Amino acid sequence: MRLEYFLLIDRIAELRLDERTIRADATVPDTSTIFEGHFPGYPLMPGVLLIETMNQASGWLLIALTKFTRMPFFAAVKEAKLRSFVTHGQKLSVSASMKHEGSGYAMTSAEIRHDGKVVCNADLTFRMVEFPSPDFRASMEKVAAEIQFPMEALGHG
Amino acid sequence: MSSTFDTVANIISETCDIEREKITPESHAIDDLGIDSLDFLDIAFAIDKAFGIKLPLEQWTQEVNDGKASTEQYFVLKNLTARIDELIAAKSAPA
Repeated sequence: MRLEYFLLIDRIAELRLDERTIRADATVPDTSTIFEGHFPGYPLMPGVLLIETMNQASGWLLIALTKFTRMPFFAAVKEAKLRSFVTHGQKLSVSASMKHEGSGYAMTSAEIRHDGKVVCNADLTFRMVEFPSPDFRASMEKVAAEIQFPMEALGHG
Repeated sequence: MSSTFDTVANIISETCDIEREKITPESHAIDDLGIDSLDFLDIAFAIDKAFGIKLPLEQWTQEVNDGKASTEQYFVLKNLTARIDELIAAKSAPA
């Protein structure tokens, strides 16, 4: 995780287009300016960033399922449950599955596990729109490469 | 009144916390009931699930934005209900 850059997924570990699921790895950094305030001497991963982490895993799933033709923008979160504290240095497994693919929107269910235990989960809604510009898409492709997004898998979906 | 309308009206009532009596076939979802585009996604989701269809929201939005259709054609509930019935019929029609 690079919290200050809002890049919360480290690596796509598994993408199953047939099952419409994704799993990603994310390690909470040992140090971050965020932990200086949240909280002094008691570093906790902010819940909003855990939700954003689930968003990003879901987003990569949706980008994969639409073969990089649509950009998902976060629109709503429901039933978010922050079940355990998440702190610095923890290795997280983030998974998401397609719940409903509508016209111009999609809904996913996502969760984060640490040591096999669910630490948070939520149902998420995204608006699916065309990439705002070629540069925007190129920047997403660059991030995709950084997190080992299996671009080659899209050709077989 | 058609069962399609009743199902849609109930979905809107429950999803947007609008009194069921205020929802009529003449109601415009946006102008009369005050439903915004985000709330309408929840309604579309519930309609998709209830009827086993996929409301073509992208197409409708594009047509309205292009001036090829009015919002009344899709978002006055009697018209929305008619569209849903068409989609249901198209789904069950032989290929």
